[in-house]
Amino acid sequence: MSDKFFPVICRPSPVTALMRKLFDVARRGALLLLVVWTVVSLVTLLIELVPGDPAVATLGEQATAEQIEQFRERHGLNRPAFFVTYARDEQGERHLRWHGADNRYVDYWRGILHGDMGTSFRTDRPVLELITQRYPATIELAIAALIVAVAIAVPLGVVAGTHRGTWLDNLLSVVALIGISLPGFVLGPMLIYIFAVRLGWLAPSGRFEPSDIMLPAVTLGAALSALLTRMVRSSVIEELNEDYVRTARAKGLSERTVVYKHVLKNGLIPVVTILGLQLGVLLAGAIVTEKIFNWPGLGLLLIDDGIGKRDYRLVQGCVLVISITYILANTLTDTLYRRLDPRIRVS
Amino acid sequence: MNRLAIFGLVVVVLLVVVALFAPLIATHDVGATDLTHRFLPPSAEHLFGTDATGRDIFSRVVFGARISLRVGLVVVVVSSIVGIIIGALAGYYGGWIDRLISGYLFNVFLAFPGLLLAIAMVAFLGAGLNKLIFALCVIGWVGYARVMRGQVLKVREYDFVQAARALGANDLRILFRHILPNAIQPLIVQASLGMAGAVLSEATLSFLGLGVPPPAPSWGVMLEEGRDLSTLSAAPHALIIPGIAIALTVLAFNFIGDGLREYLDPRQRAR
Repeated sequence: MSDKFFPVICRPSPVTALMRKLFDVARRGALLLLVVWTVVSLVTLLIELVPGDPAVATLGEQATAEQIEQFRERHGLNRPAFFVTYARDEQGERHLRWHGADNRYVDYWRGILHGDMGTSFRTDRPVLELITQRYPATIELAIAALIVAVAIAVPLGVVAGTHRGTWLDNLLSVVALIGISLPGFVLGPMLIYIFAVRLGWLAPSGRFEPSDIMLPAVTLGAALSALLTRMVRSSVIEELNEDYVRTARAKGLSERTVVYKHVLKNGLIPVVTILGLQLGVLLAGAIVTEKIFNWPGLGLLLIDDGIGKRDYRLVQGCVLVISITYILANTLTDTLYRRLDPRIRVS
Repeated sequence: MNRLAIFGLVVVVLLVVVALFAPLIATHDVGATDLTHRFLPPSAEHLFGTDATGRDIFSRVVFGARISLRVGLVVVVVSSIVGIIIGALAGYYGGWIDRLISGYLFNVFLAFPGLLLAIAMVAFLGAGLNKLIFALCVIGWVGYARVMRGQVLKVREYDFVQAARALGANDLRILFRHILPNAIQPLIVQASLGMAGAVLSEATLSFLGLGVPPPAPSWGVMLEEGRDLSTLSAAPHALIIPGIAIALTVLAFNFIGDGLREYLDPRQRAR
């Protein structure tokens, strides 16, 4: 409805509208911080639950008492873990002790606020440095997978939607279902078998040639493309029933123009949301894909260098960075979605 | 019910039978290695061939069904009970309880990739079947809680609930005798999809070396062993067969879930 029918009085004043918007932004920001705080706290507490001494685990059983003491000193392991501890004293009795802000949990937060995520147990290099080295590879993979998914899903979804109910539609539905159910760690090695072992066209793993990204991107993008195909299909079917499609047809536009210029433009709105929500899933799925293809991203850093070598400071950092990226991707999509669809903006 | 759901049901029944009677169905000892019979192709003696250490793949896949179903079942039962209780509390009492549960807990758990949390938890707790199940329950309950809360909010305003309250029924009785039976349908759908998710997560974590430890015939472990390049070139079936088992199981539970949802929601059925 246009402004003509709604006098200015009925609409919220610009000040109210701005206030509302600011409030909304603040609410989102607060939630974001809350999530990050929860995640970091949870991971930090989990580390304390690890049985055994990280110093011994890192340095080995043969390490001297002096080496262990040095290690504990360097990584702050000799300091209390939390505000309250319930440790044994020399007599073997447990005491509840209050340490105030002088503890490792606060230290970690203080470090993060200064852009310092601690030092890796194994390599003695800053965790932030290790992560920033690997981060681009993960983003590269996620974007490549997104492109693969869209390139497969849009044409297939449009074909399925415009041929609704035919054998072609049914066939595409079955293919999409198989794609959704085939996990990356099944598809990935199968692709390696076909394209690296049998045909010898591509390298089985690593990130050296530009072509090395193809297999991981397809592996990561396959499940998403299957999901997207279904979304595009139902979206196209829904839009084809709209009045504007009849108008466009009546004024003599070709079916091609109707579908690609009019229907697709409107039909892609819900698809974009799914895409954004899936960007997070892609980042999580990238952990497995990177492991399969030895792709040197954050996931491989987390699994091989972090968990594999029991480098807990690194695990902490990886989990933090992956979850922040995930949350930001979701927030970004949400904002994009609101911009694309005016109906949502109004309500 | 549509055809795909029937297909899913058949696969699941078959899977349950295989898991229950695994010792009778398996043709070989799951752990017995035989280095003189490595990488054998499928034959009458070894139905699905043998792997890198000469173990019978058929027997391992059969016993793998036990692990998958056990993890799936325990995770679904535990996380649905926890989720139902928490969701009921949030929906029924509202107020600050609801704000804490749905405003904070739901948002935190949904804003965070579940797999990452499970990986982090298992990484710190150590690998093992029970720890894996625990981690999957921690990420699994949210789905049930959301469904339950939504249903409670809807059902609690119905006349028969008001009538029960007027007759003096206490909160517990209203929740479990009157509201829960009306909320059970979407919960069953959620459980079916949750089963698919749990089976997949178990395989994923085992594949990453964070779930069931290696000699056990978990499908994820078999895949991890099968993707080794020398095994892959000599015996691709060592990878493909457990892969098909996982995909089929996940597909079957998803089909049942989708089919049930369609069946229970008449608006979707008409389409």
